[in-house]
Parts: sequence; structure tokens; C-alpha cells
Amino acid sequence: MSGSTIIFYLLAALTLVSALLAVTTRMIFRAAIYLLFSLIGIAGIYFWLQYEFIAAVQIVVYVGGIVVLIIFSIFLTQQAGEQMPKQKLGRQLFSALAAFCGLALVLIQLAQHAFVETNGKLIEPTVANIGNQMLGVNDGGYALPFEVVSILLLAALIGCIVIALKSKPETT
Amino acid sequence: MIEPGLYHMLFISATLFFIGVYGFFTRRNLVTMLMSVELILNSVNLNFIAFNKYLWYDKLDGLFFTIFIIAIAAAEAAVAIAIIINLYRSHKSIDVENAEDLKY
Repeated sequence: MSGSTIIFYLLAALTLVSALLAVTTRMIFRAAIYLLFSLIGIAGIYFWLQYEFIAAVQIVVYVGGIVVLIIFSIFLTQQAGEQMPKQKLGRQLFSALAAFCGLALVLIQLAQHAFVETNGKLIEPTVANIGNQMLGVNDGGYALPFEVVSILLLAALIGCIVIALKSKPETT
Repeated sequence: MIEPGLYHMLFISATLFFIGVYGFFTRRNLVTMLMSVELILNSVNLNFIAFNKYLWYDKLDGLFFTIFIIAIAAAEAAVAIAIIINLYRSHKSIDVENAEDLKY
């Protein structure tokens, strides 16, 4: 057993345990912090897989962006230090049962399925390779989806401003 | 402990997905439901990266799908939080049980 294996299992445990705490704790602010650790664990797994660019994007967008946004919205909408009301036991039980059955189904399928590896040449996920393909207009280039996503982000930006705008009182 | 491979990644991703599903079922607060959705999206990203790393290492397509999912998740979170804050302004609560104006 090598050090890299131990690091992988530690990262996996960090991710799963903090995700589980994020969905079960009754303090909403703690849930956001546990979510933060879970996302950092996933970024660590990307680093472990040597997909450094994706790991950096994960940290910048999720940890630096979305979690901060969630914490802001918690501050704006919750009374500090207040616990969320306890859920009905029946609902918790049936949700856990549904999630567990789904997980068991997926894991059984996984255990039975044999994946076939490709035998092509390895392409390193370096920033140069990613950038060349991302903005390529040739076969396999992602220039068009890139532009579509940029339009989507612009639409989301304008949509957020319009939705969150304070409506002025009607002047007649 | 065995050397981690594709199946370990898929196990983590499936478990994370169903943790998110459990949170989405049990939570009744819109912000925590959004957090569960983020967990689900992250498990999908992990799946794409694992397949790209272990099965189709001659392409970068899984990586691009992950990048686009992250971009769309950011947009989705921003719009969702704008809606939640607007709902809080009009209802003084972000509990889904109180947001039933469109129900009947």
C-alpha cells in the first residue's frame, strides 16, 4: 500500500463524511461549511487524478463562488443560531430507504458491468491541450458550446439582476 | 486496501449522488435543497472525470463536459439564489411548505 492510496482513501472519506453531515445537520450554517469541505475533497480527488485544471476550476467556481453565494443567502434569509425544525421521522425513513435502494441498484449494476478500455494514445489533460480543443473549430472542437455557454452566463447574469431587483412602488 | 481505480471513483460518485438525493428529499429549506443539488452535480462531474481518466484517456471530452457542467451549475446557483431572496422578500420564509401559491 503506497502513500498515494492512503491519500485517496482520506480524500474519499473527507468527501463522503462531510457530504453526509451537510445533508443531515440541523444548523444551516454548519451545513454550508460541511458542503465546503466536501467540495474541497472533490477538488483533492481531481488533484489526485492529476486533472489539475479541473481541480483549480472546482476550487475557484465552487468553493470560491457558489459556497460564498450560499453563505450570503443564508445570512440574508435566516435568523442567526436558529436550528431548522426537525423533520418527520417517516419522511426521513422513507427518503433514506429510497436513496439506499437507488444506491444498491447502481452498485449492483456496477459490480456486474465490465468496462472496456480504449486503446488509443494518451492525451495529457494539460492546459495547452484543453485550450486548443476548447477553442478549436475543427472536428472535435468545442468553440460553439463555449459561445453558447457564454450567452447562457450573460442571460443568467441579466436574469439574476431582474429577479432580485426591488420592485418600485407603482407611480400613477 | 487495494489500489484505487475506476470502480472506487464510481463508488464515491454514486454514494455522493444518493447522499444528495437523500438531502433533496428530506430538506424543506430552499437553500439546503440547493446545496443537495450541488452535491448531485458534483457527483456527475466526478463520474465524467473518472471515465475520461480510466477508460477514454485518448480524448478530452469528459473533461469538457465537466467544465460546461461547472459553468452551468454556477449560473443555476446564481439564478436560484436570486429567486430564493425574492421569495424571502415576499413571504418572509424560504421554507417550501410556505411557497405554495402556485399549488392549486
